[in-house]
Amino acid sequence: MSTSQAVGDSVSEALGRLDTAPKLLVRNAGTFGTRPAIRHKDFGIWQTWTWVQFRDLVMTFAIGLRKLGFARGDTIAIIGDNRPKLYATFAAAQSLGGVAVPIYQDSVADEMAYVLAHAEVRFAVVQNQEQVDKLIAISEHLPKLERVIYEEERGLTAYDHTRLSAFETVLDLGRKEMASNPGAPGWWQDEVAQGKGSDVSVMLYTSGTTGRPKGVMLTHDNIVISARNGNAFDHFTPDDTLIAYLPMAWVGDHIFSYGQTLAGGLCLACPEGPETVTDDRREIAPTYFFAPPRVFENMLTQIRVRMEDAGRTKKAMFDYFLKVASRCGERILDGKPVSLKDRLLYRLGDILVYAPLRNRMGLSRLRVGYTAGEAIGPELFRFFRALGINLKQLYGQTEASVYITLQPDGEVFAETVGKPGPGVEIKISEGGEVLYKSPGVFLKYYKNDAATAETKTADGWVRTGDAGFLDSHGHLKIIDRAKDVGRLNSGALFAPKYLENRIKFYPEVREAVAFGHGRDYVTMFINIDLVSVGSWAERNNVSYASYQELAAHPRVYEIVAGRLEEINRSLADEPQMAASQIHRFLILFKELDADDGEMTRTQKVRRAFIADRYGPLIKALYDGSQTASMSAEVTFEDGRKGVLTGEVRVADLKTYPAAAGAMREAAE
Amino acid sequence: MKADVDAKPIGRNGAAIANGDVMLSVANVSLSFGGVQAIRDVSFDIRKGEIRAIIGPNGAGKTSMLNVINGFYHPQKGTISFKGRVRRAMRPYIAASQGIARTFQNVALFKGMSTLDNIMTGRTLKMRKGILQQALYWGFSRREEIAHRRAVEEIIDFLEIQHIRKTPVGKLPYGLQKRVELGRALATEPELLLLDEPMAGMNLEEKQDMSRFILTVRDTFNTTIALIEHDMGVVMDLSDRVVVLDYGRKIADGTPAEVQADKAVIDAYLGIPH
Repeated sequence: MSTSQAVGDSVSEALGRLDTAPKLLVRNAGTFGTRPAIRHKDFGIWQTWTWVQFRDLVMTFAIGLRKLGFARGDTIAIIGDNRPKLYATFAAAQSLGGVAVPIYQDSVADEMAYVLAHAEVRFAVVQNQEQVDKLIAISEHLPKLERVIYEEERGLTAYDHTRLSAFETVLDLGRKEMASNPGAPGWWQDEVAQGKGSDVSVMLYTSGTTGRPKGVMLTHDNIVISARNGNAFDHFTPDDTLIAYLPMAWVGDHIFSYGQTLAGGLCLACPEGPETVTDDRREIAPTYFFAPPRVFENMLTQIRVRMEDAGRTKKAMFDYFLKVASRCGERILDGKPVSLKDRLLYRLGDILVYAPLRNRMGLSRLRVGYTAGEAIGPELFRFFRALGINLKQLYGQTEASVYITLQPDGEVFAETVGKPGPGVEIKISEGGEVLYKSPGVFLKYYKNDAATAETKTADGWVRTGDAGFLDSHGHLKIIDRAKDVGRLNSGALFAPKYLENRIKFYPEVREAVAFGHGRDYVTMFINIDLVSVGSWAERNNVSYASYQELAAHPRVYEIVAGRLEEINRSLADEPQMAASQIHRFLILFKELDADDGEMTRTQKVRRAFIADRYGPLIKALYDGSQTASMSAEVTFEDGRKGVLTGEVRVADLKTYPAAAGAMREAAE
Repeated sequence: MKADVDAKPIGRNGAAIANGDVMLSVANVSLSFGGVQAIRDVSFDIRKGEIRAIIGPNGAGKTSMLNVINGFYHPQKGTISFKGRVRRAMRPYIAASQGIARTFQNVALFKGMSTLDNIMTGRTLKMRKGILQQALYWGFSRREEIAHRRAVEEIIDFLEIQHIRKTPVGKLPYGLQKRVELGRALATEPELLLLDEPMAGMNLEEKQDMSRFILTVRDTFNTTIALIEHDMGVVMDLSDRVVVLDYGRKIADGTPAEVQADKAVIDAYLGIPH
């Protein structure tokens, strides 16, 4: 260890500009030395690598990779849950001038085959037997794939190892080389120093709501500058900790967990596994946390379900103090004036309710929380902020290395996504589409110049594909996907996602799909939330055997209809949206699922696919019929297919005249 | 799944296993309860490193056979030798200390205890210090406890049950309870593992998981496994050799393919009048 410590110090001077991720790593080993770089809960205990240890891990693995023939310009696939050794693989490959290609670990083998072939991957580093099996199944279509390296040895010892190696074996190769050749660490530093900011560092395949995934090529400059900007914006220091649990193939994780930790020396914590994230988050209590709205929705649903089962005193306390919080919590968080009485009540509520809730959610030390990926329901957003959680929104894209707009502290509005981030310029096209320029703008799509030309204009602006506008504070408001915004036959604006997000705030609803473009009125498909509605059913003695049966229950229809009518009433008060009131709806007999192609891997609905697949049901929504039946093919988790047939009831909803909204308000 | 088939490692079910040393041999064993003959003159052997299935219709004497092997029942006739030595007056705890572990048809866990604690009970035989020293939890016994906890954590990791580490097992679904029970058996570091219907009541995915664990246990620790199972798909895929019992008698013994083609076996399963 002592020799490598010296290595770090001498090298950081020789590196010159710190413009690549591996250079930052070497710098950190010198500057932060024995501070924790990365943690992983394994065998029930948090194991820690210091910056020096992490740098040594990366160096040893890189030298081992080189021994296996990894060369400058090679691509390396990384597949698995968030693990220190997989993060080390990014840095090791990049230190040798390679390009990392992380792939969503829950992709089925065929989806992986496309990306692996397209990216011409020679090496793959994967987590476990599950991923190795997938790669073996598709290996005959991947002549370029030379070697698969796996991290967890469980179940793999008896496999044929001609094209397979354990991560530990590659480390051994590196160790042996370093033992027999004292020049090896020096050679590695030279390799690191050869890296340039303009080199491609990573290719992130976007899940894409349509068509094949595209490989977004990002350079070290993109990653390093964006990460630095992100750190500066929220004043992150090496004392900050974040938890890595979102897929490594997603740009957000790459910037937050990899870029920002390297750029700022933050500590990254990797949970034991996907099922233990909630417990592990409680133990670590991150100061910086990112989650898509879905995660916050789940947290809120869990809290509500638990409170329904809680004792009467607890429930009364929860209800009372939640009212206090919603009255003054956000104002206190933003440092605005609040009456003394409310301030005291909030303090009391903090002791009795808010702090225990924050602790339960693992957010007790949280300094900055972000949500993005989809619009978050305003009520949901305010709920968390009222509890004293500094939750903010950002708006970003893979093509921008995440950051386009962020909400500065004290300027947080539920309906908008913040101001342009450091170095970002924004303009709105005539069609209402948002365009941006930034230091994070991607180089191009890999082997797809047509798509690059479509997205990136000649003068360097990038189309977001989202429709929106800048409001009077200079904050960006996103209404919908630019291509999804449509018009009703009356000519009124129809923004489906805006409507869907409204209904998805209610705990009973998990997913919704709105229809209305080129129609006379708006209709909706609903997916109920099995946890929440199931708990309701239990409490109300409603028995059901399956999702399908519960979804079709008349009382469930009543509940959902009630929620939708509440939304209709509030839509009637919004001049632009009054025409978008929902006239009819139905509850689908199956959950929309990525395995059936109805959603993307990041859980966004694939509108066109659903419209096509559920044609008969959409027809029923508009021809006035009261029931509709159809069958749909479903894919089970083990890959088998089956057919689900169902009859679905179509229900009508009350709508409100636009003018009446204002009048009713006056009357109340 | 296709992937599983392709990934099937070369050399599994290979000749090496067929020629392996005999680990346990059962010779002319008969067992009766009063007038009921549970096992009649059965002989077979279990070789080191193999997966040996015991199958047969209901009441064929399969569970009785396992109970004889791990010393719970005492056969009136015949001998059992384990690792070359003929045993006498066997008791389950002696069998356990000699390296025979088992799971039960109806999960036999401590329902109020956590997964972790249940698996820890499997380490009891490995504990060297007495109750008093353990209660003081100091010096050697503390280090010993840490070593055992490490072993248990490795099993938890192996069986992918980290998320239920602290959950009382009574609250767990059946499939997971079965997995915890396997964990407890593994905690004794057995040489011979007896599994009584490890897949009973499981769905397809759970069965696949359990099959994977059983194969991995054998491949990683070279543990010999004898299992009773009713799912013929599982038996034929997993096991190296199968012994078939019917009404307490052995009616067939051989590789899965041989057994499947055996007339007596087909008759026993399809039913012919006795």
